[in-house]
Amino acid sequence: MAKIEIRSQLPGVFYRKPSPDEPTFKEVGDTVKAGDAIGLVEVMKTFQQINADAAGIIVSFEVEDSDVISPGQVLAVIEG
Amino acid sequence: MPVKVKNKGLATSIQDMGRPGYFHLGIPISGAMDRFSLRVANMLVGNDESAAGLEAVFMGPELEFTEDAIIAVTGGELPPKIDGEVKETWTTMRIKAGQTLSFDYIRHGARAYIAIAGGIDTPQSLGSRSTYAIGALGGIDGRVIENGDELPIGSISTNMSEGTSVPKVLRRGPGSPAELRVLPGLYWHRITHEAGERFFQETWKVASEADRMGYRFKGGSPLEFVERKQPFSAGSDPSNITDAPYAYGSIQVPGGTEPIVLHRDAVSGGGFFTLGTVISADMDLIGQLQPNIETKFVKVNMQTALSARKERAVMLDSIRQAVA
Repeated sequence: MAKIEIRSQLPGVFYRKPSPDEPTFKEVGDTVKAGDAIGLVEVMKTFQQINADAAGIIVSFEVEDSDVISPGQVLAVIEG
Repeated sequence: MPVKVKNKGLATSIQDMGRPGYFHLGIPISGAMDRFSLRVANMLVGNDESAAGLEAVFMGPELEFTEDAIIAVTGGELPPKIDGEVKETWTTMRIKAGQTLSFDYIRHGARAYIAIAGGIDTPQSLGSRSTYAIGALGGIDGRVIENGDELPIGSISTNMSEGTSVPKVLRRGPGSPAELRVLPGLYWHRITHEAGERFFQETWKVASEADRMGYRFKGGSPLEFVERKQPFSAGSDPSNITDAPYAYGSIQVPGGTEPIVLHRDAVSGGGFFTLGTVISADMDLIGQLQPNIETKFVKVNMQTALSARKERAVMLDSIRQAVA
């Protein structure tokens, strides 16, 4: 079981929910497929979806909801 | 010989040196946010310095080349990859027909410029290929690039050799904290002396809303205004004025809270006071600021602004000689 880090290419604000009233995209322990959304980054007045680039199980989130993030920062770790 | 867009990146746009001459009609100059870097990218591939290239913001696009080409990537440190192999920025590269140019995540800066020998040869509107998306001018049918687009490339015989590189000392980027030099302006009298001092003393941070129209800053103290009688036709907020034209680089502070530096896609006028203007030599640096980067505004006079402009021209000349 290899650990895979999901990194953001973008700077901005990270959100784990599609909108404030909706549930989170994914929780620790959830299974993801490559291309599944795990969060959003808000930058330049737009929201960009962050997708898992491999299939596996989410082991951890490395940033909190509404955290300011930098490019290259690890957002979540999956085990696939 | 078109270049195919496999992945558009984030608001990747075609930009050249812009369309001057229409700001009085509300049409901004547009063009590269960091003109210095686009000029240098063009030099590295043997293009006219004002040829159209791609401006990628924060993340790079994925482009498939259908013919051999000479290319260069400058600006923020967004490492290019040819068929997955990492290459140098600020350096002339050769890419072969069938190969794909992609990018790693950005290490510093905010915008990268991709020049292709021959330049991007989309139709001009009002004398420029620059994308002004809000006004649907330039670019691809007035918009940024999309997946599946085919970018037409002009033909040129270039004698630039692979590996030609710009010396590191001549690659200009913002320091930490970034420093933007400001000439206090027409409406400086609207704020109190203390508020003016604080504006320059405090450290601000780039807000995530910052874009091609304007760069917004957060984190400093709200400005205090001088009492006045509300002028005819001005809004009731102390930051309002009777509508007036804005200059590129001018700093408006709606409500006195968050300064916005108007940039290449700026609105041409409105009803907010502007406390000063970022000098032309530092406008390119703004284009390289990521959200959350610490920034200081530094007060200068006209003489300093003019010599800074001259220094920048000298630096460009040194690069012309270094890569020739």
